[in-house]
Amino acid sequence: MNESSRPTQPRPPRRNPGRTPSSPRASSASRGASAVVAGAERATGERARRRRRTTPLLDDLEPFPAPSKAAVPEPEPATATASVTPVVTPLVTPPVTRGRRRRPAARRTSGGERLVAVADLAAQAGEQIAEALEELESQRRARAEGSGAADGRDGGQVRAESAESRIAEILAFLRRRLTGDFQVDEYGFDPELTETVTLHLLRVLYQRWFRVEVRGIDNVPSTGGALIVANHAGAIALDSLMVQVALHDEHPEHRFLRPLGADLVFSSPIIGELARKGGATLANNADAERLLAAGEVVGVWPEGFKGIGKPFSERYKLQRFGRGGFVSAALRTGAPIVPCAIVGSEETYPILGNIPTLARLLGLPYFPITPTFPLLGPLGLIPLPSKWLIEFGSPVPTGGLGPGAADDPMLVFDLTDQVRQTIQQTLYQLLVQRQSPFF
Amino acid sequence: MGRVVLVTGVSRYLGSRFAHLLSQDPSIERVIGVDVVPPAEDIGAAEFVRADIRNPVIGKVIANEQVDTVVHMNVIATPTGAGGRVSMKEINVIGTMQLLAACQKSPSVRRLVVKSTAGVYGCSPRDPAMFTEDTGAKVMPRSGWAKDCVEVEGYVRGFSRRRPDVSVVTLRLANFIGPTVRTALTDYFSLPVIPTVLGFDARLQFVHEDDGLEALRLATIGDVTGTVNVAGDGVLTLSQAARLAGRPTIAIPPSLSGVVGQIVRRAGLADFSSEQVRFLSFGRGMDTSRMRTDLGLEPRFTTREAFLDFVRGRHLHGPFSTEVVDRVEHGLLGVLGRFQDSGAGTR
Repeated sequence: MNESSRPTQPRPPRRNPGRTPSSPRASSASRGASAVVAGAERATGERARRRRRTTPLLDDLEPFPAPSKAAVPEPEPATATASVTPVVTPLVTPPVTRGRRRRPAARRTSGGERLVAVADLAAQAGEQIAEALEELESQRRARAEGSGAADGRDGGQVRAESAESRIAEILAFLRRRLTGDFQVDEYGFDPELTETVTLHLLRVLYQRWFRVEVRGIDNVPSTGGALIVANHAGAIALDSLMVQVALHDEHPEHRFLRPLGADLVFSSPIIGELARKGGATLANNADAERLLAAGEVVGVWPEGFKGIGKPFSERYKLQRFGRGGFVSAALRTGAPIVPCAIVGSEETYPILGNIPTLARLLGLPYFPITPTFPLLGPLGLIPLPSKWLIEFGSPVPTGGLGPGAADDPMLVFDLTDQVRQTIQQTLYQLLVQRQSPFF
Repeated sequence: MGRVVLVTGVSRYLGSRFAHLLSQDPSIERVIGVDVVPPAEDIGAAEFVRADIRNPVIGKVIANEQVDTVVHMNVIATPTGAGGRVSMKEINVIGTMQLLAACQKSPSVRRLVVKSTAGVYGCSPRDPAMFTEDTGAKVMPRSGWAKDCVEVEGYVRGFSRRRPDVSVVTLRLANFIGPTVRTALTDYFSLPVIPTVLGFDARLQFVHEDDGLEALRLATIGDVTGTVNVAGDGVLTLSQAARLAGRPTIAIPPSLSGVVGQIVRRAGLADFSSEQVRFLSFGRGMDTSRMRTDLGLEPRFTTREAFLDFVRGRHLHGPFSTEVVDRVEHGLLGVLGRFQDSGAGTR
């Protein structure tokens, strides 16, 4: 490609494979074919490797998987879904549907045998899902019958007692809330409220609506501070909430995420209050270092409003990473940086346009126009049910570089770039693996 | 050789309690309290000298008594106690200037202790969660006591430049609270229904009156210099504090909060400035590591304990007091138990 362009600036191709399945009705076949070629080219890591040569720090990264490897792990996520999350009812639909959905893509590939192979694998995966679900269902039925037979008369009594203890629990919780008998930390984080109410509500969105699939959660350390750096997308920052649920529910230690938010969050009524109670604090170095030094898992979205306010045409293209303040905070405290790629957030609110005048009037950084907002009014605030993948990459250690490293701008820039490239490449990998934005 | 300590603002509650505390300290020979009116409270062995710090007479007091330590506590927080905002500002700013001018002239003064407030950090949504002594305000306080304190601190910095041989310490104290002290905030929490700003829940930090006075005492007899934050550990949110006081809250939309604040002030219920409204929206926290390492103060009360001591001391009760809520909970559980028993019986 264009060698004269700035080498460190990743220039993802105009069409990415994530979009190909998202628009099965793409008009011209040639356009679709070229998109696939571009995707395949990127998957081979051609561009990535060319870029990487110019940034010395990136040599430490794992090489991008070869195309043959990329094709093999594809069925894994699907089977994992089948065995782990039986709640994903939309996925359950018989493999027939899946086959029908895949067919246009396969037809378009013409030359791309890889995608044909993928389609076959997907069909197999669909069958496996159906089988697994049937098995689960029969198990459930058997258990229900068994328990009914065993418990007999006692069943009602047991249920009544558990209901009683549950009500007592709820009353005790309400009493603590009403009498102020709970603790908040110095940032205003209220763990009891978060665990009892907020996470329960978010879990509905997490499990049923977005069917979030998490990978590499073990890359987040079980103890001590860590800085999770992720891509930002989707008009309102749902991604930070979903990472919060992922970290609490999937991590063996059920850790709380401490997101760093923009000052707009804390100046807006209600949102600011909820953000503080949910563990967020203002994105500044003082707070970040304080949290990391206290051994908390801090989440940053360095793209900020540039990330969530970008138009849909630029989806999954990482924006500039601020000034790298997050890296210096990690360097000062020696906390590892965990790159995190989130796929699915871009499709929740596809931003088709922006009304800058209205945004200025309301004091907002942008005023998004999505297919449903402001057309449908408040209904437009419902996010589209995209399928989410969250991958935590292997942590970048910062402890060995010494505390003086934070004052070395070159090192900070290099590390920022390394983290950014890792996230961008993981995004591309996930996009290739994802079947469609909504399934 | 004993020390001679001059305390300004001795007629006000904290001033007289502080003078009393200092007069019991064996390392201090004499405590001289100055104010314009005689103290109502007992100031112990401390001597009262009637002098106005807005007047050059204060210089004569310092020179005659060979004062070596000056504790400046005469920065007034609420206009009602000073006879209006104009006079309050005069006492705070002109008084400080006169006092510092007198100190500058005096060869005997070796140490200056200034009681300032956490309010100098301002309140804004762009604040860090915890202010350290080196962090400046993101949004400067624009009115009232906090603005006066910013100016006072400015003059104190100027003084310490001109008299580098005098050790200067400024204490930024969180809001005082406790069973006896009376401030705008204690009045506020004594309201039967506590107005809050809709959609905001400020983080509050308190210092118990005993801990605050102990901090001033340590600053007077110790050798710490510079600025030190003083606050109890931990924070309370505003709604939580209201519940601990047993009070219901009523949320006022931000656009109306100024009007409501004025009504409350006019009614003489609590002294409510616009700065106070900002404080009750965004709150503030201070990092107190220097308080422990440099000043050597280990507060006896956390923020929460200090607030509970205030609630107990004032006998505050309300629909959300623990006893009331406990009774309701037990009642409900009792009803539930009876319902359960009858249900089991019929089955």
